[in-house]
Amino acid sequence: MVDISKDKFEIIGANASESQSIVRPSISYWQDAWRRLKMNKVAMASLVFLIFLVLMAIFGPYMRPFDYAHQDLFNTNKPFSKVHWFGTDYLGRDLFVRVWMGARVSLFIGVTIAFLDAVIGVTYGGIAGYFGGQVDNIMMRIVDILYGIPYLILVILLMVVMGQGLWTIITAMVMTGWVGMARIVRGQVLQLKEQEFVLAAKTLGASPGRIILRHLIPNALGPIIVSMTFDVPNAIFSEAFLSYIGLGIRAPLASWGTLANDATQVLLMYPMQLFIPGFFISVTMLAFNMLGDGLRDALDPRLRR
Amino acid sequence: MLNYSLKRFVYMLITIWVIVTLTFFLMHMIPGDPFTSEKKVPEQIRQNMLAKYHLDKPLIVQYGYYLNNLIHGDLGISLKYLNRTVDDIIKQSAPASFQLGIQSIILGVIFGLLFGIIAALKRGGGWDYFSMFLAIIGISVPNFIIATLLQLLLASKLRWLPVSGWGSFKYTILPSIALSFSTLSIISRMMRTSMLDVIGQDYIKTAKAKGLSQLQIIWKHMVRNAIMPVVTVLGPLIAGIVTGTFVIEQIFSIPGLGKFFVQSIYDEDYSMILGTTIFYSVILVVMMFLVDIAYGLIDPRVRLAKGGK
Amino acid sequence: MGDREVLLDVQNLEYSFDTYAGEVKAVRDVSFQVMKGESLAIVGESGCGKSVTMQAVMRLNPEPPGRFKAGKIIFDGREISKFSERQMQSIRGSEIGMIFQDPMTSLNPTMTIGKQIAEVILKHQKVSKAEAMKRAKEMLDVVGIPNADRRINQYPHEFSGGMRQRAMIAIALACRPKLLIADEPTTALDVTIQAQILDLMKDLQREFNTSIIMITHDLGVVADIAERIIVMYAGKIIETGTSDEIFKHPQHPYTWGLLKSVPRLDAQNKEKLVPIVGTPPDLFAPPVGCPFAARCNYAMKICYEAQPEYTNETDSHKVACWLKHPYAPKVKNPFEKEAYTSEG
Repeated sequence: MVDISKDKFEIIGANASESQSIVRPSISYWQDAWRRLKMNKVAMASLVFLIFLVLMAIFGPYMRPFDYAHQDLFNTNKPFSKVHWFGTDYLGRDLFVRVWMGARVSLFIGVTIAFLDAVIGVTYGGIAGYFGGQVDNIMMRIVDILYGIPYLILVILLMVVMGQGLWTIITAMVMTGWVGMARIVRGQVLQLKEQEFVLAAKTLGASPGRIILRHLIPNALGPIIVSMTFDVPNAIFSEAFLSYIGLGIRAPLASWGTLANDATQVLLMYPMQLFIPGFFISVTMLAFNMLGDGLRDALDPRLRR
Repeated sequence: MLNYSLKRFVYMLITIWVIVTLTFFLMHMIPGDPFTSEKKVPEQIRQNMLAKYHLDKPLIVQYGYYLNNLIHGDLGISLKYLNRTVDDIIKQSAPASFQLGIQSIILGVIFGLLFGIIAALKRGGGWDYFSMFLAIIGISVPNFIIATLLQLLLASKLRWLPVSGWGSFKYTILPSIALSFSTLSIISRMMRTSMLDVIGQDYIKTAKAKGLSQLQIIWKHMVRNAIMPVVTVLGPLIAGIVTGTFVIEQIFSIPGLGKFFVQSIYDEDYSMILGTTIFYSVILVVMMFLVDIAYGLIDPRVRLAKGGK
Repeated sequence: MGDREVLLDVQNLEYSFDTYAGEVKAVRDVSFQVMKGESLAIVGESGCGKSVTMQAVMRLNPEPPGRFKAGKIIFDGREISKFSERQMQSIRGSEIGMIFQDPMTSLNPTMTIGKQIAEVILKHQKVSKAEAMKRAKEMLDVVGIPNADRRINQYPHEFSGGMRQRAMIAIALACRPKLLIADEPTTALDVTIQAQILDLMKDLQREFNTSIIMITHDLGVVADIAERIIVMYAGKIIETGTSDEIFKHPQHPYTWGLLKSVPRLDAQNKEKLVPIVGTPPDLFAPPVGCPFAARCNYAMKICYEAQPEYTNETDSHKVACWLKHPYAPKVKNPFEKEAYTSEG
């Protein structure tokens, strides 16, 4: 039992410091998001894998003494060995080197497209959302119509017209891909601009550009980042798909999609040649998706307690 | 609702017009396009085309003739198959693609919804992990890899189903599964998320406070509300299935439109590519229109909105 | 009031939530009774456990993360805390009705109002669909929604906030429950609408002889409707008494704080509004002593060390505060005009 002695009955009043200390320490949005992301094991494993992938894309091709385009017609379709770690393809090219060269191309395509989509989409959506009214109406009608055009079909058409190649893939996919981001950003901005801090900034005479850049976009950054994370695997998949139907980048440059396409030539005999690039496409798509999910959970304030 | 449908319909027409116009002008941007290049196109076809497209007239007049042809359903002449029109090829090959596509959509939607609902209700249970596993495969493994795997395993190794070709129903099973996989997994994942969102809504508490049983709450209050965001992604998913037929038909040697389409890319059969592109686009845009209408029908907020703002 | 029958008897209720950050002890050792036909108010700041208490009674919280740790809940002579989910379903909606805070989100957006009312009738009474719809329409009349014929086929988004809350009341009362739990029923509404809804609830209580438990943080609402008041803080009851006792002779410094922070219209109280400084304690780790101590101007050393016992001021008026201990210094009660003795 607690000792109830008379001397304890003396009014000492509210304990200001304690009543303050009771409040959980305040942490910023990004600190909180990082803390939450760190607790998400799947997302963290994905992040680690992606870092590994980037490192291998940079250094992997130098780990073996083969050139990715060098054909060795005496050593075609070799299985895994000490010399050719992932074997060779139907032209005798070393698959280990080609997989990491492919990683460079696939990752480059994915990241570049996600980045360009974001730049265009954020600008467009930010302007439409901020100005609202008639401007928004017209801009979003245009987006609606572009959104209605089937993505891959338009990309295929553009590829046919522009010819194959790395930059035509990127151009074609960005031309059709930014509308999703524009919609997201516009929705966010519409919500945010009604909030008091934006009104306050307006009252203080901040210019529209400043309000969009300093107040709206930073607060919409969560959904933007999440959306970018999902754009990367989509782009990687689209590229692989295009390459698989023969519209990808040009040989001897390799992406995971062209590796898969090459493998179809000898599929029934050597399915491994398809499964290796297939495996890397799959795991990369998975990692980006899981990281995206983790980021969404970590960055979405609606889900917080 | 009528206003809403009308508005969607107008959008659909505009979208189709944009696609057609884009296609026409892109066609004239192709370096050494089939209308000007002399070495590639057989003389006979060249003559036909010259007459048909009025190539001697200015571009804008050609555009008018082109639109007119399209309105009459004339997509042009194949550059590869002499004297065959693109219309003929589509008429002949589309049925197989349609069957494949529709089977895949049904498979993907029904099982996707089912898995999603169960996963949300048994959150953290075995079903949840199973559907999560399916979803992971569905979002990460490209359909051409899934198709090849299924073909190698179930057809080549186990010999349960035919490896390739087209004929009776059993030929359609593997390609349909392969094609529906990503739709199935995306729908199940969305439905799961959407269900979990709805489960946390106040009106579910109200329903529970009414004394309704779990099953009644799920069916009458959760599923109906949870399904709405899923309907909005049906459009893009159907588009995914349609474009998916390009590779699936290739892999399983199905004489469908997708296979012809891809073949025409290899053959640089431009009029075939462009004609099919328009055909595909129109189909997809119409599908999305129907999805929009369906969404309007199930969401009273859209249905009853006057003017549809 | 002592001769009225007990309808709901909550004994030593403990309810927790298991979250990723640990156990939140949302309700700690709460006991109270509700008589038949009585209206009781549970008052406290948000997060004090008042809603959780009632949701524990109705067992509405998903479990997990919710967890019924200890205690007994006896409703109309039956120990419903031992009931199966199926048995609870037959109680919910028929014997206990519940209204929630936000009428904007508490109605299913894809179902007509009529169907939502008829649903609860169909569930608990053996009537045809047409009969249920007829009664739903009658309920809309009862709660004062005009044009019930037309309204019944409308969706929630076609109703205003006040109308939706009326529809919620219609759902809650459709089966003539013995007890109505209203969880902040007016908080989300405009002030003028608030008064209408409260009047409606009072009228219906008289008409149906329903007991009401009103959960609120707004003492203004309480004064209007409650016969008896429970003041909760950090998951515990710190003071309880009749409406008169709490308003005229509050004993706990927290209750003083609550009363001082409410704007009052009576002219004699021209004092300034005084907010209660600080925030309630974190229920992940409730303090060992009196939970209010850290914010209490009268806190003593003992307050930080041990929880105070309940002291009976009158038969109906109880308070948990160390100031009631014989050792404690005499403190001037800011609400006491003269010496207060039991009225009974």
